[in-house]
Amino acid sequence: MPQFRIPGPLRRLSDGQITVAVEASDLESAIEALDARYPGFRDRLLDDKGELRQFVNVYLNDEDVRLGPGLKAKVTEKDEISIVPAVAGGAFQP
Amino acid sequence: MAPARSFTPDQVSRYARHLILPEVGGAGQRKLLSSSVLLLGAGGLGSPAAMYLAAAGVGKIGIVDFDTVDASNLQRQLLHGTKDIGRLKVESAAETLRNLNPDVDVVPISEHLNSETAMRIFAPYDVIVDGTDNFPTRYLANDAAHFLAKPLVHGSILRFEGRLALFDSAKGTGCYRCLFPEPPPPGEVQSCAEAGVFGVLPGIIGSMMAFETIKYLLNIGRSMIGRYLLFEGEDMTFRELKLPHNKACPLCGEHPTVTGLIDYEAWCGTPAMEPSQAQAS
Repeated sequence: MPQFRIPGPLRRLSDGQITVAVEASDLESAIEALDARYPGFRDRLLDDKGELRQFVNVYLNDEDVRLGPGLKAKVTEKDEISIVPAVAGGAFQP
Repeated sequence: MAPARSFTPDQVSRYARHLILPEVGGAGQRKLLSSSVLLLGAGGLGSPAAMYLAAAGVGKIGIVDFDTVDASNLQRQLLHGTKDIGRLKVESAAETLRNLNPDVDVVPISEHLNSETAMRIFAPYDVIVDGTDNFPTRYLANDAAHFLAKPLVHGSILRFEGRLALFDSAKGTGCYRCLFPEPPPPGEVQSCAEAGVFGVLPGIIGSMMAFETIKYLLNIGRSMIGRYLLFEGEDMTFRELKLPHNKACPLCGEHPTVTGLIDYEAWCGTPAMEPSQAQAS
């Protein structure tokens, strides 16, 4: 199964889990599956229109999905999906 | 081209480990002595960055910070000591750096960085090192460095995690906005109290910022341009992600919408122009 890598500040949402495996065939459904298991991730990654927020990045392995197929990116069981939010010391978003 | 000047006996002794390193040598050390670096922030990231740059013999180091030393800074901001509480950070920093290396021309700048001051403050320096780690200054620094065609070394930290990058966007290699096009709106910040910084973390990232700065100045090895390094301290892992130029970037993309400097609103309920917000990392 494709696996999310959760950044430290968001691990409170994933019960402290560093990685979370989900069943999905594309990035969008992977985020939905992650949110179904650990509610809150969808709001932190996607805006009201269902698009990736401007201050959060998602990497598929080492590629920035924003520069590729975006949420339509296909994911396979060997893929690692990294959530990379913008951070600043003392403040964190989302 | 570095000036062909000779070293004093004290300099030969001070820089001996650089001089015997083929990648630095006499020419590289002279280059460092004739280089200038502007550090944004004399805080957690700025402390190790400034100290290593000074120790290495970077000839001119400007430090911008409006803030004063607070007791809560001392857990990670090694430029300052207990006796410095209440002093301007740039004064404390300048004293520390001059004590480290009298060769260095330290320029303390206790001004607030904003859209009116940034270009003037940045202009005289070869490299900008962003150790401020707050969003308004980070975007301001990114944009000003782009407009002035200056390289910018980026570091950011939170809790146990750090990031490192080097931008030289005027050469078409990407910038911070290629990665994060817009800053988060202040109203959406959840709780700054959930954050915090593990004290030694800025030591790791700030030291690497100095490392990359010196590599850039001396054209040593493979730079961080086009790459984004993530340090995850809880797992003690480093990961590298690609950071290519984004054609849709609002600053350096094909159709830029950011054509001037912007003063973004600050975070955690602190107005952007409040001195207490300035350069906190």
